[in-house]
Amino acid sequence: MSDTAPVQVTEIPDAAAAARRPRRRSRRAVLVIGCVLTASVILLALVSLVWLPFPQSDTSGTRLEGPGAEHWLGTDKLGRDLMTQLMIGARIALVVGLGSVAIAAVLGLTLGLIAAFAWPWLDDTLSAALDVIIAFPVLLLAMLVVAVQGASLWSAILAIGLAQSAVVARLVRILARRVLGEQFVTASRTSGTRWPGVVGGHILPNIAPMLGVNLALQFGIAVLAEASLSYLGLGAPPPNASWGRMLFEAQGTVLTAPVGAIAPGIALVVLVLGVNFIADGLRDVADPTRRHG
Amino acid sequence: MPAYLIRRFAFLVLSLVVALVVIFVLLRLLPGDPANALLSVNATPEQIAAARAQVGSDRPLAEQFATWAGQMLRFDLGESYISGLPVLPEVLARLQITLPLTVLGFLLALAIALVAGVAAAVGSNRWYGTLLNGFAQVGIAIPVFWIGIILVWVFALQLGMLPSGGFPRDDWEAPGDALTALTLPIITIAVVMSASLTRYVRAATLDVLGSGYLRTARAGGAGMAQALWRHGVRNGSVPVIAILGIELSTTLLGAVVIESVFTLPGLGNMLLDAIAQHDYPNIQGILVVSTLFVLLVGFAADIAQRLVDPRLRLSVSGNR
Repeated sequence: MSDTAPVQVTEIPDAAAAARRPRRRSRRAVLVIGCVLTASVILLALVSLVWLPFPQSDTSGTRLEGPGAEHWLGTDKLGRDLMTQLMIGARIALVVGLGSVAIAAVLGLTLGLIAAFAWPWLDDTLSAALDVIIAFPVLLLAMLVVAVQGASLWSAILAIGLAQSAVVARLVRILARRVLGEQFVTASRTSGTRWPGVVGGHILPNIAPMLGVNLALQFGIAVLAEASLSYLGLGAPPPNASWGRMLFEAQGTVLTAPVGAIAPGIALVVLVLGVNFIADGLRDVADPTRRHG
Repeated sequence: MPAYLIRRFAFLVLSLVVALVVIFVLLRLLPGDPANALLSVNATPEQIAAARAQVGSDRPLAEQFATWAGQMLRFDLGESYISGLPVLPEVLARLQITLPLTVLGFLLALAIALVAGVAAAVGSNRWYGTLLNGFAQVGIAIPVFWIGIILVWVFALQLGMLPSGGFPRDDWEAPGDALTALTLPIITIAVVMSASLTRYVRAATLDVLGSGYLRTARAGGAGMAQALWRHGVRNGSVPVIAILGIELSTTLLGAVVIESVFTLPGLGNMLLDAIAQHDYPNIQGILVVSTLFVLLVGFAADIAQRLVDPRLRLSVSGNR
């Protein structure tokens, strides 16, 4: 693990070890970079709660102005400050990620545990249903729900969370099954622990690390899916512009004001890359089979 | 293999039924009456009843579903509420753009990923391996439409090399013009999709590189390239084929978004119009066709995986 110093005692000419060595050394760096990237977006969102460069609907700026001292990132085609929109977008992106992942976690844990404990026929039925849902790209399911519910931030979050809960449920089922086969579960049962106690005392703590890694990845997928929905006009309606919507609005004026079409994209990449890096860095800690690879 | 084939086919049929139920339920239960699309705001009760009878929404749900599912499976996708035109020919016409975009984009992505993934694995402790892996990492964090916007900005607006969007009015009459129109969209899809594919190819290649059989082959005197070619390709391709199905489906969805960037009149464009106009026959027609695509691709990928890997072929129990 990363707590012990990265001492290489002997160099064994094993291709796999050779392949993994630089990865392992850079593991901690990846985790740190991930945290820094993610924290910068969180900071942007937190600051936006107490301070914004301009009021949200302020259109006093010159249209399509370039970056400058007054408007740090310039203005959009309505004269609104882009930095202000970018900060509000950070807030929305985080809400989308957290909201979708929360839905996916609660629903996925429930379904996955039910499947892990259920009679074989129920397990088979649930698993088949989950496989069907997983076969569909998240965005298609989200578009379906938004088509029906109407475009809003909450239907986007709900749709993405529902789609992702299937992936989480399948993972929970597999992980819980693995733990259930362990001898300490049998020992615990023999000494009189009831099933709820086993779930709380053994299953949840044992599946939590891998589940956390997966939820971090789902966070990034959710943010990207919402950006696509907003870009297509199926997300939150203006003026609560998400980064995806900002990119849509800036697309037509990319020649005169390129910053408007670049900044939200970079912000998206920073956040998604950040959580992906965190997931990657945590995976080594979470998955013992990789630790000694 | 035959036992697995039957099992997998049964799952395909089951999936189709589940998907049809989901589409039906979502489109019929959640919104207001589908008949509303035919009505003005101040419709009289008689007009409402007439519209409900026309759409069929006054009958029991189970009966509606049975009738509807029967029609869907016979590819009788109904007529658009807005234009009154049959849905199927419209969907097929739109596929002339979406399908080449998806397939060509995917093939290009796969070609890039095979080269980049193997190179990233072989050179994983060299600078180019790290660089390629870094590109792939950033690539999976980039929204597909943003790449499109940037490519349009650079190659269409700044350099003027390729059109920034649109599609020839006469479709594929002049294949050269059509391909020119699709070039930037295809590159966009390929860039984004190759990132995640590269990571899978890289992981599979790393597994092969660390395997005992490769070391044995090398010890027996085979060169690295020869050992990889003789033993690595088939072993390494099994996990990659397994994810190709889902990746191809994701590409189709990417194409839907990309069409919006490049204003291509494809399936995605039709879907967005249908959503904006609450044109339910069109929405469900597109969903049914794309569902069928996703399920058939998944089916084909699973079968292909069995064909490549004899170990899977022998096990009857399936892969769960």
